[in-house]
Amino acid sequence: MMNSNEIIDDIANKEYEFGFTTDIEMDIAPPGLNEDIIRFISAKKNEPEWLLEWRLKGFAAFKKMQFPKWQHFEMPELDLQALSYYAAPRKKKQLNSLDEVDPELLATFEKLGIPLNEQKALAGVAVDAVFDSVSVATTFKGKLKEMGVIFCSFGEAVQEYPDLVRKYLGTVVPHSDNIFAALNSAVFSDGSFTYIPKGVRCPMELSTYFRINAQNTGQFERTLIVADEGSYVSYLEGCTAPMRDENQLHAAVVELVAMDHAEIKYSTVQNWYPGDKDGKGGIYNFVTKRGICKGNASKISWTQVETGSAITWKYPSVILQGDYSEGEFYSVAVVRNKQIADTGTKIHHIGKGTKSRIISKGISAGRGDNSYRGLVAVGPRADNARNFTQCDSLLIGNQCGSHTFPYIESRNKTAMIEHEATTSKIGEDQIFYLNARGIDTEKAVALIVNGYVKEVLNQLPMEFAVEAQKLLSITLEGSVG
Amino acid sequence: MLTIKNLHAEVEGKQILKGINLEIGKGEMHAIMGPNGSGKSSLASVLAGRENYTVTEGEVWFNGKNLLDMSPEDRAREGVFLAFQYPVEIPGVSNLNFLKTALNEIRTYKGLPALEGREFLKLTKEKQQLVDFNANLMNRSLNEGFSGGEKKRNEIFQLAMLDPQLAILDETDSGLDIDALRIVSNGVNKLRDAEKSFVVITHYQRLLEYIVPDFVHVLYNGRIIKTGTKELALELEERGYDWLKEELHLKESV
Ligand SMILES: Nc1ncnc2c1ncn2[C@@H]1O[C@H](COP(=O)(O)OP(=O)(O)OP(=O)(O)O)[C@@H](O)[C@H]1O
Ligand SMILES: [Mg+2]
Repeated sequence: MMNSNEIIDDIANKEYEFGFTTDIEMDIAPPGLNEDIIRFISAKKNEPEWLLEWRLKGFAAFKKMQFPKWQHFEMPELDLQALSYYAAPRKKKQLNSLDEVDPELLATFEKLGIPLNEQKALAGVAVDAVFDSVSVATTFKGKLKEMGVIFCSFGEAVQEYPDLVRKYLGTVVPHSDNIFAALNSAVFSDGSFTYIPKGVRCPMELSTYFRINAQNTGQFERTLIVADEGSYVSYLEGCTAPMRDENQLHAAVVELVAMDHAEIKYSTVQNWYPGDKDGKGGIYNFVTKRGICKGNASKISWTQVETGSAITWKYPSVILQGDYSEGEFYSVAVVRNKQIADTGTKIHHIGKGTKSRIISKGISAGRGDNSYRGLVAVGPRADNARNFTQCDSLLIGNQCGSHTFPYIESRNKTAMIEHEATTSKIGEDQIFYLNARGIDTEKAVALIVNGYVKEVLNQLPMEFAVEAQKLLSITLEGSVG
Repeated sequence: MLTIKNLHAEVEGKQILKGINLEIGKGEMHAIMGPNGSGKSSLASVLAGRENYTVTEGEVWFNGKNLLDMSPEDRAREGVFLAFQYPVEIPGVSNLNFLKTALNEIRTYKGLPALEGREFLKLTKEKQQLVDFNANLMNRSLNEGFSGGEKKRNEIFQLAMLDPQLAILDETDSGLDIDALRIVSNGVNKLRDAEKSFVVITHYQRLLEYIVPDFVHVLYNGRIIKTGTKELALELEERGYDWLKEELHLKESV
């Protein structure tokens, strides 16, 4: 019979389910970060001159920047020169349909539970799959096109819709925003592009799955979503990576633009390889995500379930520029073993009558360290702005850490800002109570955790809420009762 | 059904149970009384399998199986139920969802199909009426913000739902108002049958007027020092425990 402490320790030994590699012929650039590699990537992707120049500006900004020091963890040493900045499955020609995708690749995505085959695809979910740096397949493209929805790889968008890309690229996250965003601007390889035309309600969930496979590569995708007036889109990203002893860098950028009365719901289920129980290996997930509610009465909602990565460091943010626009941030971040999460959001209230809601649920187990960091800024024009923040921490065991750093900057007297925070611990007496009713410790923990994260998971599209719930129980399996 | 032989247990290095012997047959109602700190809740905890208690000597057999070898959840699935003296609060977990999980874990263990949807709700309604449980408490978080009496009544409702073979009620009567005491006792009496056994831990003879015990035991300093019938409870009510303690000291000094 295991006691709670043994069960807590046991979680650490739980293996990462998605840690396999795929054997596939790859084009990999030699390691090193310099102008040549940037030109190489740009040429490989047949990019227009303006984009190459934009990349080079990003690189110039990057060279002038230092790694930040304010985060609540020790910045790991990153040798950016040792990374390769381009890796792509070798393909013989341009792919026209899924039938031409390398069967090994299709099999990989099947293994991950992501069917790229349209007949088998989840009803109502269009998928863009990114393998290492390159988008391999986008499903349901035709059906979406009929409605004027553009959903394709970033590279393809640059070729087919260069004006749209040029109009919005870098308008939310500038090329010099922060050191990782600058690096991404310089070397980004692919990602997803979405445009929803005026008045269109996107008829299905759009979904991107990112998979890192190649060794010693960084992954730098860019996602750009533009929702034109009165449109609606719900977008989901999922991520996995094989187990490797070395850490791998993932520095993506996501930009969202919502015009008048448009709504974007962006959900993330992040399950990158977290490293082993001693903290060896795992992904450094240093991502910049920001949306702008440009139009009046527009809305952007971020939902994230972060269970993987050695270090998760990101603050999906919303700029509430349009009057009466609305921003939301719902987050579950789980750390165990030696995982670190320093995550939260920034909400900038600029327009009048703007509203925001922040619900953050941190779960810390093992020797994990979880920080919530959030900024609510209200500008002078933002009359009657409102914010509600609920920031909860759940501790499992005695060796984990949990911290909150809420910042409030209000320059408008009519603003109403509410902040609530709780810290609780799964107690042995709670576990015993459930045990004494026939519920084993693992189920008991799952029951408590599911109750705790319910408000956030409810924000996810149904199929993914179920998946996220499973992922949470797998993640915490053997960690607590 | 339950045989406790020479049970010794300690907590935090402190000997609490010092040789308990008790035999509980099918369909019997046993009451355990005794002064504060004598070890009544400790005995209940050891039977339910609370892990901070260490059994240092003795045996416990439940329907021919070694109870002490089982995990707490398996004891519950085998049919041991403890109504806690201090039920814990579990925020975020709805009472209903908790009960459904518990019931289906036990059913699965017994090889019965899980009860879903309508069937589960039907059973819930039936048991709710049986023990007169407030339906408004069903959708709230488990015990969170429940009054003392509501928590106790929730324990009895769970007892009705999970239908164990042996129910140990640890001071379920404390904190109940006069009407609630009658309602809870009625509930227990309705649940009583030839197959089910009860151990009722209480300080008050009043409860035993409603729930008439077959045996009354007095636990003192980790041992059962006297066993009688319901008249013993009356005597304790009148005379307190001192005369028993004196009797014990006399016996021990001989
Ligand atoms: N975790 C613990 N650490 C130390 N001592 C404990 C612990 N748990 C119980 N005890 C001690 O064991 C003894 C028996 O306690 P128990 O709760 O079993 O008494 P009880 O008979 O149920 O009393 P009451 O009538 O007040 O409920 C007490 O002296 C108590 O302080
Ligand atoms: Mg007690």
